[in-house]
Amino acid sequence: MDGQPNPSRLRWLCRRGMLELDAWLARFLDVRYSQLPADQQTAFARLLDQDDMALFDWFTGEQEPPAEFRVVVDEIRTTRYPR
Amino acid sequence: MIPKRTFDAVIIGGGGAGLRAALQLSQANLKVALLSKVFPTRSHTVSAQGGITAALANVSEDNWHWHMYDTVKGSDYLGDQDAIEFMCRNALPAVYELEHMGLPFSRLDNGKIYQRPFGGQSKNYGGEQAIRTCAAADRTGHALLHTLYQRNIAARTQFFDEFFALDLVRDEEGYVLGVVALEIETGEPCLFESRATLLATGGACRIFRHSTNAHINTGDGLGMVLRAGLPLEDMEFWQFHPTGIPEVGSLISEGVRGEGGYLVNKDGEKFMKRYAPNALDLASRDVVARSIAQEIRAGRGCGEHGDYVHLKIEHLGAEKIKARLPGIRELSMQFAGADPITDPIPVTPTAHYMMGGIPSNMHGQVVAPVRTGPEEAVPGLYAVGECACVSVHGANRLGGNSLLDLVVFGRAAGQHMIEYLRENPFPRTLPEEQVDKALARLARWEKSKGSETVAGLRVEMQKIMQDHCGVYRTEALLKEGLELLDKVEARLPDAALSDQSKMFNTARLEALELENLTGHRPGYPGFRPGPHGKPRRPYPGRPSQAGRRPVAAPYPVFQGKRHPGLQAGAAEAADGGDLPAEGEDLLMMNPDRIVSIRVPPFVKPPSGDEGGQGGFFHAPVWQLLSNPPQPPFTKGGRTVRVQS
Ligand SMILES: Cc1cc2nc3c(=O)[nH]c(=O)nc-3n(C[C@H](O)[C@H](O)[C@H](O)COP(=O)(O)OP(=O)(O)OC[C@H]3O[C@@H](n4cnc5c(N)ncnc54)[C@H](O)[C@@H]3O)c2cc1C
Repeated sequence: MDGQPNPSRLRWLCRRGMLELDAWLARFLDVRYSQLPADQQTAFARLLDQDDMALFDWFTGEQEPPAEFRVVVDEIRTTRYPR
Repeated sequence: MIPKRTFDAVIIGGGGAGLRAALQLSQANLKVALLSKVFPTRSHTVSAQGGITAALANVSEDNWHWHMYDTVKGSDYLGDQDAIEFMCRNALPAVYELEHMGLPFSRLDNGKIYQRPFGGQSKNYGGEQAIRTCAAADRTGHALLHTLYQRNIAARTQFFDEFFALDLVRDEEGYVLGVVALEIETGEPCLFESRATLLATGGACRIFRHSTNAHINTGDGLGMVLRAGLPLEDMEFWQFHPTGIPEVGSLISEGVRGEGGYLVNKDGEKFMKRYAPNALDLASRDVVARSIAQEIRAGRGCGEHGDYVHLKIEHLGAEKIKARLPGIRELSMQFAGADPITDPIPVTPTAHYMMGGIPSNMHGQVVAPVRTGPEEAVPGLYAVGECACVSVHGANRLGGNSLLDLVVFGRAAGQHMIEYLRENPFPRTLPEEQVDKALARLARWEKSKGSETVAGLRVEMQKIMQDHCGVYRTEALLKEGLELLDKVEARLPDAALSDQSKMFNTARLEALELENLTGHRPGYPGFRPGPHGKPRRPYPGRPSQAGRRPVAAPYPVFQGKRHPGLQAGAAEAADGGDLPAEGEDLLMMNPDRIVSIRVPPFVKPPSGDEGGQGGFFHAPVWQLLSNPPQPPFTKGGRTVRVQS
């Protein structure tokens, strides 16, 4: 993928096979994504290419994500919708 | 004319069902296209953790007759028994076949496939717990998808990932000749022409406000079938899980209650003692779900809108919670904002599985009263998986039977399509006006103007469905719900898209999904009202025919396809006659096969359900064993979230 990821494409790629992933990813995209620096935005786009089960294990903290995703996974885990 | 691609067969859906069917066809050297709106291995099948049921007898004594018995009974005697026999019998070769394909099943010490017990599994026709569900750790669905996907690549199935199917193309004589789809990346429509088309688009639980299903489960195949002028079957049967996190829907497994968690209402009362004095919080799924729904309806729910109850585990102590329920704690903190060490977890019944769907037979052929007969095959159209209603699950699906359904009927459908293609070697003329109709639907969204939003209408619809057609149902409630749904649907033409771009326009896809959901929403038992004030279920495990009276519906609701022995007398049964009593012989299977079975005395009404509440429709029917064993599944001493 060249340059910045297409935001519309990202929105669709956040549709996953597991409900919790949908919830985590949509929340992150709605609230946090646009505030992140470009390198983390590209990391997020790469993260979306990963397997659902891997994402689930990383987001639940069951497993440690690879170094390149650590920051963005952490952001996803800590982002909340504003009250 | 839009671009056209021609194949022997088109498969819509890349979950377990679609992949299994595609494999059968590709291995027969047919030219197969598989369309999926998301990358196939991200289909909802990936969520299935529990496993796939087959009477392999690796752990406990077992045979497929017992599996069949449990499934028939689990279906509330409303499943198609020939189809159930076919499924349970073929479960063994189906699982061994997956093993040979390389599915990494967990192993017992002796090297055989690992099996775990699930509720509703019995030995000896209703005897002690059987151990029947084959598992690949807690990710069987994931393993299944990956195995089948790799096999399809090897067999040269042509994948069209991120293609959104819009509408079937059906000619005047009723032949289905392909599908109009949208390439999500470009936003351009295209036509897939094929002599046989299979729908494997998964379930529609996103029609409810609280659901355990991924957001992609919008029942697209159902909408397509209705728009093609065909009926749906058994759409009143939805399985609810009693405890999900409100709004998000994420499951809080019964393992939590197994560990000692209990439910309270807004007054802090442990209300399960009123509904199930013995089993309490460990009562079967349907009992717990209904009890929660009752509390909520009675105004004893928690929170601003009073629409959930609390599941408390603080008393277990921080250490035990951290050690044994870390996953549950994480989900609760993530999605409910509650740390169960100090706060109760908000929970509410959440839609889990759709038993109804596109009427099909055990060859996967879509059947409907198309010409003269009540159950004729629609030429060129097939359906398998959660979107189809074969019906092997009747009024209730047993854990692990869904993955089984996907592979057994996926294979059978593929096999039948091979024959069909052989018998129908020539393409038929494509009716252009059908293609235009699909394109017009797309164009309408492109030009949409108005004050309504897709998201707003979707939320309203989901809320109406949850409140009026959820676990607790009365005729009045259903009627009211339908009126409200009609009003929402009437506003749909005023909905405008927030985004009018072409590429990856998620807003447009969501609008199309909403159309698919609203298209089939009226299939609820309001059309089949039961006798009011009378107990709907004189005792459980009975053919509860009360709910099955055909009553006018705004779209054709399919009534055929039942075992004739049980069909007959349905009307009388509705009035309470014709119901075999305890100890009486109930003709359960085909007379030339397994004969009759005594209605076992252990089938007792779940406590709290005797009172003729007049409106409960069986949502999840785990009442078969009045207290089904729900062993907490543990991994390294921790209770893990294993859902079926
Ligand atoms: C949390 C959870 C746990 C479960 N655990 C178990 C279990 O342990 N055992 C068990 O047997 N069952 C289980 N189930 C049920 C089971 O997972 C599903 O019933 C089953 O996976 C459905 O498979 P499918 O192939 O029919 O559809 P899906 O896997 O949902 O696939 C649907 C496919 O259709 C495609 N599609 C949909 N609409 C369109 C469209 N318009 N255009 C193009 N493509 C489209 C999608 O992209 C997808 O590829 C579980 C369900 C849940 C929610």
